[in-house]
Amino acid sequence: MNITTLLLTVVSTTLVYSAPMIFTALGGTFSERSGIVNVGLEGIMVMGAFSSVVFNLFTADIFGAATPWFGLLAGGLVGVLFSLMHAVATINWRTDHIISGTVLNLMAPALGVYLTKLIFAGKGQTDIIKQPLANVTIPGLSDIPFIGPIFFRNTSLVAYLGVFVAIFAWWVLKYTRFGLRLRSVGEHPEAADSVGISVYKYRYMGVMLSGLLGGIGGAIMAESITLNFSVSTIVGQGFMSLAAMIFGKWNPIGAMGAAIFFGFAQSLAIIGKYIPVIANIPNVWFTLAPYLITIIVLVAFIGKSQAPAADGSTFVKSR
Amino acid sequence: MRIKNLRFGNLWISVTSVILGMLVGAIIMLLSGFNPIENYVSLFTGAVGSPNAIGEVLREATPLILTGLGFAVANSAGFFNIGLAGQALAGWLASVTFALAFPHAPGFILLPGAILAGAIAGALWSGIAGFLRAYFGASEVITTIMLNYVALYATNAIVKGFLAKGDGDYSPTIPVQARLRTPFLEHLTQNSTFHWGILVSLAAVVVVWWLMKKTTLGFEIRAVGMNEDASRYAGMSTKRTIISAMLISGCLAGLGGAMEGLGNFQNIIVNTALPSIGFDGMSVSLLATGSPVGIVLAALLFGMLKIGGLNISIASTTPPEIVDIVIAAVIFFVGANYLIRYLSVKLRRHPRQPEAVASDTQPEAAVAERAAQAEEEGEDTK
Repeated sequence: MNITTLLLTVVSTTLVYSAPMIFTALGGTFSERSGIVNVGLEGIMVMGAFSSVVFNLFTADIFGAATPWFGLLAGGLVGVLFSLMHAVATINWRTDHIISGTVLNLMAPALGVYLTKLIFAGKGQTDIIKQPLANVTIPGLSDIPFIGPIFFRNTSLVAYLGVFVAIFAWWVLKYTRFGLRLRSVGEHPEAADSVGISVYKYRYMGVMLSGLLGGIGGAIMAESITLNFSVSTIVGQGFMSLAAMIFGKWNPIGAMGAAIFFGFAQSLAIIGKYIPVIANIPNVWFTLAPYLITIIVLVAFIGKSQAPAADGSTFVKSR
Repeated sequence: MRIKNLRFGNLWISVTSVILGMLVGAIIMLLSGFNPIENYVSLFTGAVGSPNAIGEVLREATPLILTGLGFAVANSAGFFNIGLAGQALAGWLASVTFALAFPHAPGFILLPGAILAGAIAGALWSGIAGFLRAYFGASEVITTIMLNYVALYATNAIVKGFLAKGDGDYSPTIPVQARLRTPFLEHLTQNSTFHWGILVSLAAVVVVWWLMKKTTLGFEIRAVGMNEDASRYAGMSTKRTIISAMLISGCLAGLGGAMEGLGNFQNIIVNTALPSIGFDGMSVSLLATGSPVGIVLAALLFGMLKIGGLNISIASTTPPEIVDIVIAAVIFFVGANYLIRYLSVKLRRHPRQPEAVASDTQPEAAVAERAAQAEEEGEDTK
């Protein structure tokens, strides 16, 4: 395997594995910037993965090659609905944010498998989807010498979409009225409230955005990597996205960069055996690598990142 | 006003949550075309209908008591240990490995040794997370989850690579003198998998109660959980307390895993997913709001739900996952206990006159009641 092919494999596999976590980490950023801790991202991803697979299986004949993209939307919408449970519990009903997020994580696999068994006559996992999110070669860009073949040939389009969404999210949070208000309710809800900003409204929007993006993230995972839904479709990617968000200092661009790094860690299990220096390491270490790297990164960078000031607290409007 | 952590609760909150959770389960069953009443009846008969069923429920509750206690100890220190599953797996692996390593040792050495090995392995595994939290401030929610997956895949690799014979997916069965299941108990409960581990669990309940209420360490753990800064100011070593709490928590989870290894399975298998005793133990502890006696009751309830749930899918085509949905819904309502308190105030036509003595002894309840009343008044003025 020559160097270009090796780099092509490394880059495209990394992007495939980063895409779900880019979207989910961005979702987490919106939620936490509004002051709601969301450890339920894992559960939101599970519901997104489930609904996109079901949508894909049932509508592949109608939408053809566009099915997986509609599937992402389906996953996102179900993610929004599912995240409302977290929103109402933490914003209105004063539930501890970690407990409520954990309920999402408990509920999602149970509900997903329950519905799978209901829809597919008792089977605990779905069939393989017929229309996956396939890798594409971007015309024009792929003709650039050296860089073109590595970055734009047979690559993950949805990961590039994620990069654009991250830049857009950064712009939204930094420069728009919506972003400023969202951040203000996460930093100092009383001050925001005193100038007439509805803390509840913006926190709902933050959590629902995390549901949308987390659902899309789960849908990408299912439609480009596992290609079906079962209880082991999402195995810790939601929590890794959360770690990516912390590693990225609650900044969309940073979260995206961290998600790509974690994507690389996950892709080691696939590409490790092609990289000459580490090819002889037993496979189990590659499986463990993303989890161990997450811990190391978290420990190494935790002191340098600062959560939004009101993150994890419940705001009660005084009368 | 900004508030954090509303974690107080009492018996009627737990009971209401269970009822509401089962109601949610019933609605989901109705919507998917199943008969909830029939299903709950077959759940009940499946859980207590025969000596075998009761034996299975007690066997199911045994590790849940231990993991539930483990979660409670860590939670008292302000720690959300969701790594119970990985710690239990570490304990399971260590206890079975110990038992297999000394096949000719007498039972009175082998059995306690294997149980101890499980406890130590669980403690070491959670100690990592405790150490990282105490010295680096790394969120235990993420580190323990990551350690769960590390434990899962590492254990599987060890079982496949070292313990299994040939290409198998499971280790050999442990020697007979290391087993917690005995012919006497099997005879007593019509060949159920009930085992002596229940005694270990009940002993742990007493020890944890004593530790948390009667010892300096228990006091320090609770103090750090309530206010870390104040505890440090009072001269306690918060780092040492956090690590101790995590070690005890993991030790209990490891014991839970050892119960699975020495009692339920009597070997170790390649697991496709994390053992459910981890997250179920957390749910048990949240439902019991940390009280040791409550944990025993909640573990029995969850044992009944789990074992009875198997009967649901025998008697009808309802998927057994409905039980896990009910459990998640129950914990949802335990978390949202403010809602239950608020509604109970609203539903009471003539609110009791606030008693000075009562509000002195139960400041939290009084605050919640006052907040609920304030909201009620606020709505009236609209």
